Amino acid sequence: MDNNKEQHNTKRFLKLSGLEPLVITPESNFVNVGERTNVAGSKKFLRLIKEDKYEEALDIAREQVEGGAQIIDVNMDDGLIDGKEAMVKFLNLIVAEPDIARVPIMIDSSKWEIIEAGLQVVQGKCVVNSISLKEGEEEFIRHAKLIRRYGAAVIVMAFDEVGQADTYERRLEISKRSYDILTEKVGFPPEDIIFDLNVFPVATGMEEHKLNALDFIRATAWVKENLPFCSVSGGVSNVSFSFRGNNPVREAMHSVFLYHAIKAGMNMGIVNPSMLEVYDDIPKDLLEYVEDVILNRRDDATERLLDFAESVVGKAKENKVDLSWREEPLQDRITRALVKGLDQYITEDVEEARLSVEAPIEVIEGHLMTGMNVVGDLFQSGKMFLPQVVKSARVMKKAVAYLLPFIEEEKLKNPLPEGGSSAAGKILMATVKGDVHDIGKNIVSVVLACNNYEIVDLGVMVPPEKIINTAKEENVDIIGLSGLITPSLDEMVFLAKEMERQNFTVPLLIGGATTSKAHTAVKIDPQYKSAVVHVNDASRAVTVVGDLLQKEVSKKYKESIKLDYADFRQKFLNRGKHKEYLTLLEARENKYQLDWTKANIVKPNTLGIQMIEEMDLEKLVPYIDWSPFFRSWELHGKYPDILEDDVVGEQAKELFADAKQMMQKVLDKKLFQARAIFGLFPANTINEDDISLEHDGEEYIFRTLRQQTKKYAGKPNFALSDFIAPKDSGIQDYIGCFCVSAGFGADELADSYRKNLDDYNSILVKALADRFAEAFAEYLHKEVRTQHWGYAADEVLSNEELIKETYKGIRPAPGYPACPDHLEKLTIWDLLKVKENIGVELTDSLAMWPAASVSGYYFGNEEARYFGLGKIKEDQVADFADRKNIALEEASKWLAPNIADE
Amino acid sequence: MKNIQEVLKERILVLDGAMGTMLQRHKFTEEDFRGEKFKDWEHPLQGNNDLLSLTQPEAIAEVHRQYFAAGADIVETNTFSSTTIAMADYHMEDLIYDLNYESARIAKAVADEFTAKEPHKPRFVAGSIGPTNKTASMSPDVNDPGYRGVSFDELRLAYKQQVEALLDGGADILLVETIFDTLNAKAALFAIEEVKEERGIEVPIMVSGTITDASGRTLSGQTAEAFLISISHIPILSVGFNCALGADQLVPHLEVLSAKTEHAVSAHPNAGLPNAFGEYDETPEEMAAQIKEYAEKGLVNIVGGCCGTTPEHIKAMSDVVKEYRPRPINTLEEYQA
Repeated sequence: MDNNKEQHNTKRFLKLSGLEPLVITPESNFVNVGERTNVAGSKKFLRLIKEDKYEEALDIAREQVEGGAQIIDVNMDDGLIDGKEAMVKFLNLIVAEPDIARVPIMIDSSKWEIIEAGLQVVQGKCVVNSISLKEGEEEFIRHAKLIRRYGAAVIVMAFDEVGQADTYERRLEISKRSYDILTEKVGFPPEDIIFDLNVFPVATGMEEHKLNALDFIRATAWVKENLPFCSVSGGVSNVSFSFRGNNPVREAMHSVFLYHAIKAGMNMGIVNPSMLEVYDDIPKDLLEYVEDVILNRRDDATERLLDFAESVVGKAKENKVDLSWREEPLQDRITRALVKGLDQYITEDVEEARLSVEAPIEVIEGHLMTGMNVVGDLFQSGKMFLPQVVKSARVMKKAVAYLLPFIEEEKLKNPLPEGGSSAAGKILMATVKGDVHDIGKNIVSVVLACNNYEIVDLGVMVPPEKIINTAKEENVDIIGLSGLITPSLDEMVFLAKEMERQNFTVPLLIGGATTSKAHTAVKIDPQYKSAVVHVNDASRAVTVVGDLLQKEVSKKYKESIKLDYADFRQKFLNRGKHKEYLTLLEARENKYQLDWTKANIVKPNTLGIQMIEEMDLEKLVPYIDWSPFFRSWELHGKYPDILEDDVVGEQAKELFADAKQMMQKVLDKKLFQARAIFGLFPANTINEDDISLEHDGEEYIFRTLRQQTKKYAGKPNFALSDFIAPKDSGIQDYIGCFCVSAGFGADELADSYRKNLDDYNSILVKALADRFAEAFAEYLHKEVRTQHWGYAADEVLSNEELIKETYKGIRPAPGYPACPDHLEKLTIWDLLKVKENIGVELTDSLAMWPAASVSGYYFGNEEARYFGLGKIKEDQVADFADRKNIALEEASKWLAPNIADE
Repeated sequence: MKNIQEVLKERILVLDGAMGTMLQRHKFTEEDFRGEKFKDWEHPLQGNNDLLSLTQPEAIAEVHRQYFAAGADIVETNTFSSTTIAMADYHMEDLIYDLNYESARIAKAVADEFTAKEPHKPRFVAGSIGPTNKTASMSPDVNDPGYRGVSFDELRLAYKQQVEALLDGGADILLVETIFDTLNAKAALFAIEEVKEERGIEVPIMVSGTITDASGRTLSGQTAEAFLISISHIPILSVGFNCALGADQLVPHLEVLSAKTEHAVSAHPNAGLPNAFGEYDETPEEMAAQIKEYAEKGLVNIVGGCCGTTPEHIKAMSDVVKEYRPRPINTLEEYQA
């Protein structure tokens, strides 16, 4: 009977499954685990999960699989996420996508309840990442048993009750002990065990780290030799941690480390493929230094690599002042100037180009476009970043400006035939009526201009008639609308309707911070028969515009977009049905209950209104949160870590240097003026959801809105009024409100740059003004907490803690999630006489002008917290209209983005 | 009496055929389904075949008897839908214990009759554990792919109740079958492991998936090998496929299982694909010819029938497989260092 036996069947291989099998044999190549669907490893993924953008989060998983990941690691461990809920939701969605679900899933969490929840929703054989002896043998056995019962393989960390294994001996000790317990006491199949033997950094300069890589490699060999059938895995990038910022060295270190670890038997791991040099392509000298370090071959290995690494970085630096490129052919020089954003020689080179052609326009169409195409390609493929592209545009504009007089002259001599524009298409860009925010719009305009589109930029607060008339006069090919505040969404819907009524067919692009694919698909797209596309970043804008305007694909693309949005709309509307809502009365019954008899209410030291007529900007600098600044340039990451980021670090550093220089200029010459007004008043909650306050003998009332989605048991339906004592409690409570602005002078400065063809600095100025306004709001809030109100007189917080908002009390802003209703700004303006006192105005849509302004309320109660209102129902809209004594239609219009669809 | 592991090494075992097809011949009315016991039940009961174990126990025993007489080594209990989840349609969630216990008891009594008569050919009872009518890894709403109609824990608890009653009633084997969603099966296997641990017993488990169509995948999208890997964590007696396809269409998928598993392989296909009237019309001879191919290729250890098969089909199969040696069962290499 044994004759028939096929040997390979009976080998113990690690076998995993999604919809398809993954069998890992000794002959298998190194198994690459995709780790972009990990909130701890990918900032983008974290953001998408936080913002509930699961569709886009799924795209990341799909990219991983398409990019060759054989397993995808899913991790939802983040303090601000309900990890269990997010894990289950994301896995359920993955399972419904056959092109993702075909690979096995690695369920990654440090919390057992999240791991177990994940195991309960996946049909295939997963990998659990991870368990260890850290919490002792009993817990280890309990978890291993359950993992076995759920049918998963497991990663065992080399960690025990004493700590993490950091030597060769400790790695052996812990892995042997873990293996014996698993195979003997739990009956865990050895082939389903994967050891993570802890990759630690080398060349840190510390004696005890010298052996980190070598110990890992030796331990790997020992494990593979002595613990039959198991696998060894690890996170490779740790090894080069001390060379952050020096990618050539890091890439070489990863390759060398992997080369030796794989030889020793490591067969699985988390590796970023873009951070890997081909072993054979590592320069001989670098290879030697890196191998000396990884294998600890010399006592002075670290010093030698450090010295050499400096020369690697140094070389790159020298290149910048190295002018040998000036010897290269003309086209190469022009391309280089555009790619590198160098403008000092561009007029010289363009002049040379002009003399070499018949008509000056040929320089734009030929030399300059060739260069810009390179820029476009690099940007699309993620090898250039937004700030660089904007700098390229600056060079381009300078070159074109130089050529223009020659082109005009040429036109007089040889009038061009009708429609002889050389641009690829004409695009109208506008921030809609009532809205003043334009940083994103300007960035998209610049990037499109770089791609040879002619931009007609109508600026901010553009009334719909003007957009429509200009579109007709200029015969544009596409209209792009931008907006940041929620009422702008309605403006966009209105404009789409109007365009339909006037039989427009040009495609409509929608972008800006409050816009979304959902809003575009559900509210705007049905109003307009031609294409409507939501575009939220500059790089996608180029592709979308290209697809819309290229004759060959345009029709098909428009049709597919229309279908895609119809489909998305259908799915979105159906999904909404699963949400359950309470009536307003029920929601009020489930309000957040504070025990007012025990509440610690502090009477403000100074009641009434105060003003800061001229704020010293220097004082605000420490309060600046730089992370959003980088985000506005599409560089994602947290400051200051972003400066050392593998991907965008270099760009971030450069941008930051420019920003600091600009900031110094602003500070030295006092180019921005910052002003504030704020007040603290006796107040109480009345009629459940209203806050009544008194000033100068007059009553003012803030209306708040209450969450209406049905909550889990024990979770209240919040409204801001819950944080203020009700009148009938007999307890006197207080509220504050404020408006700060740092935008006076900012627009003028930005415009002066713009007129000089310098969009880069123009955008920089606006982004900086926004940061100062936010910093001012943060500063003022602190002053109020510690002095003017004084309820936190002894508060000591670092700036980081300030940014994390770890302090007591909140400052929600009308128009933001807790109170999305902008109308209350009118009450603030009336109460504080904001316009009269500090000159900040409100537009028709209740946006603040200047744009770099912040207004809001102060709540001092220690239980006060930020929340998102979510969707509300018609009954609350009617009640709100009633309370405010406005027409239902008007209330519906202002609250539209928050009203649940029926 | 030899245990089933020993018998499996000696010959190809034969499982019974369809229960439903046999019961249809009785043309039971609503009153017959209700019997005396449920004559006042508030909901219609016709079509609740599993209930017949309580109201028409002799008819059930007779089907088992016919299959054993035709040569079957194993019969399945009449409990395909006897979980709280599947019985919710009839509002009979509270009868789960009785349904499973009685069904197993009836089958066991008939098996014992035959074993006593033919001690050289011991007869076994497999407790039939169906997939329920809900799926744990697919959304019932195409527009909301993240939604699930049933959770792992709901399934696990439902299966646990069924397993406990089947074992109490005398089932020798547990057969998790007609698996169209592997996650459901994993919940059943989880429940079985819990019961085994709590009672300190071992019980042979047969696992049988369903390849739904020519795509060669389960309804939940897995290939045959992925399915095999997903259920191999529990010590099982056999793995195989049943239902949906005829014996012919099952061949390529059985070949995958046979090549990749160290366990016994089972197959209990339908009597062909349904014809235009939804009937299964492959004859016993035609089906036996296909089963002969399985045996010749050394693909199987256990054969039987699903929808549309009758004692005649089982007799024909049983006659064919007598002539062949079973597929060799591999054992894993040792790992003690």
